[in-house]
Amino acid sequence: MAIRQAPHGPIWRKRTTPQSIALWFGWLLLVLLFVLAWEAMTRNQIWAFVWDAPEQAADLFGRMVPPRWSYMDQLWVPLWDTINIATLGTLLAIVLAVPVAFLAARNTTPSPLLVRPIAIFIIVASRSVNALIWALLLVAILGPGLLAGIIAIALRSIGFIGKLLYEAIEEIDLRQVEAVRATGAGPAQVLDYGIVPQIMPAFAGITLFRWDINIRESTVLGLVGAGGIGLQLKASVDGLAWPQVTLIFIVILTTVILSEWVSARVRAALI
Amino acid sequence: MSEGATRYPRHWRRPPLISDGRLRWAIYAGVLVYLVVGIGAVEVNWGRLSEGWERGLRFLGGFVEPDFISRWDDIRAGLIESLAMTLTATVVGVLISIPVGIGAARNIAPSPVYLACRALIALSRSLQEIIVAILFVAMVGFGPLAGFLTLAFATIGFLAKLLAEDIEDIDAAQVEAIRATGAGWWQVLDYGIRSQVTPRLIGLSLYRLDINFRESAVIGIVGAGGVGATLNTALDRYEYDSAAAILILIIVIVLVTEYVSGWVRGRVQ
Repeated sequence: MAIRQAPHGPIWRKRTTPQSIALWFGWLLLVLLFVLAWEAMTRNQIWAFVWDAPEQAADLFGRMVPPRWSYMDQLWVPLWDTINIATLGTLLAIVLAVPVAFLAARNTTPSPLLVRPIAIFIIVASRSVNALIWALLLVAILGPGLLAGIIAIALRSIGFIGKLLYEAIEEIDLRQVEAVRATGAGPAQVLDYGIVPQIMPAFAGITLFRWDINIRESTVLGLVGAGGIGLQLKASVDGLAWPQVTLIFIVILTTVILSEWVSARVRAALI
Repeated sequence: MSEGATRYPRHWRRPPLISDGRLRWAIYAGVLVYLVVGIGAVEVNWGRLSEGWERGLRFLGGFVEPDFISRWDDIRAGLIESLAMTLTATVVGVLISIPVGIGAARNIAPSPVYLACRALIALSRSLQEIIVAILFVAMVGFGPLAGFLTLAFATIGFLAKLLAEDIEDIDAAQVEAIRATGAGWWQVLDYGIRSQVTPRLIGLSLYRLDINFRESAVIGIVGAGGVGATLNTALDRYEYDSAAAILILIIVIVLVTEYVSGWVRGRVQ
């Protein structure tokens, strides 16, 4: 806040002069960066492709409708695979993420100097790589199929579930833990009766939320060969079979909306 | 007094989550059946797995000795493309999100505008980035421009929704006070609403910048440019040491942007 003295009296201003100059330079820097980035991005762009984009879009739309409904017969099995990838991947992630979360939480970790950084590193590494990239790697290592998809979903979910769960563990009420300990409970019993009941609602919410996201992500994992309905999507896009692509989009959208509804219902029932 | 009334229970058992016993066992049985059927559906090719094991070890070896040098030109070009895509898409996405977000706030927008903006947000949110990328690549051709359009489109759904919710949550008294001075619609927007939502808008934009970089590493797989395309090529050539180098760079950049945007958000909010 600054007050400037003018001939007719003081004028209130939000920023001092150096502050407003710094702000102005900040915006200038952003504009400069934007121009540079735009130049770098469009250096190799063939603009002829862009100018006829409206025509291309109209053409694409014309090819995409009506959807080829009869193709649905071939989609039921991939759809079931997709749901399996998401569900089994989430279960595998729970099995792996729960111990990691307990090792990462400040109040339950056995050693804050040695074990906690390792657990945090696992969480960070898992979170920074998208499920699709994990799938890309796993398909190269394990070969295409459901297994690569399940493990990819699990690897990505460890970070998500682990991070939210260890934050929940750090926020528990210590008095309840103390009370259970005061009855003479051992460490395992303290965990079972003092800590677990407190994080159960958060745990249910987190896993359901992640399952919902995983359904969404597993629909496209097939693009890199990791099974599910994405395989059919890739085959249809590569074969320029746009009516089939439309049908697959409709199926994916319906599945995503249904899974969102299911997880909202289950969450409401549990919490 | 009878004998039974003085005998207190010596043991306590936790009440089960689902009190109806039959329903509980039905759910357990259902889960078990699903697990058997679901895991049974996973066809594991053990021969392929043992083959892959050796490749997996080579890949892990790549992480120990990542090769930044032999494909450095491709990696650099991919990273620059990704960063450029991220920045431009975030800036343009935010610029478009602001009017859409204002339009999608129930307390200031008239009903037809509200419905139109909410429909746009719902469309953008329900389509995954990679699917949008497929469509844009089909329209404008391969390259980072398709990625830019994808990320900008995805930014609208995210940012406009959160901005609209923030505008709906503002303190109405301040708006009323500005209106009482005789301010017009634009002045109310500028002095009554903008000042209340700006810190959060800046925070959300930085958060989205972060997300956009992560996504930019992915949409290259379907041809929308960026470092994802470089990664895909490296894996197709079985150059695991280059792929490991790219992954390490992605992780480092994600960590740096996350840290920086967290720091700036902490200062602004």
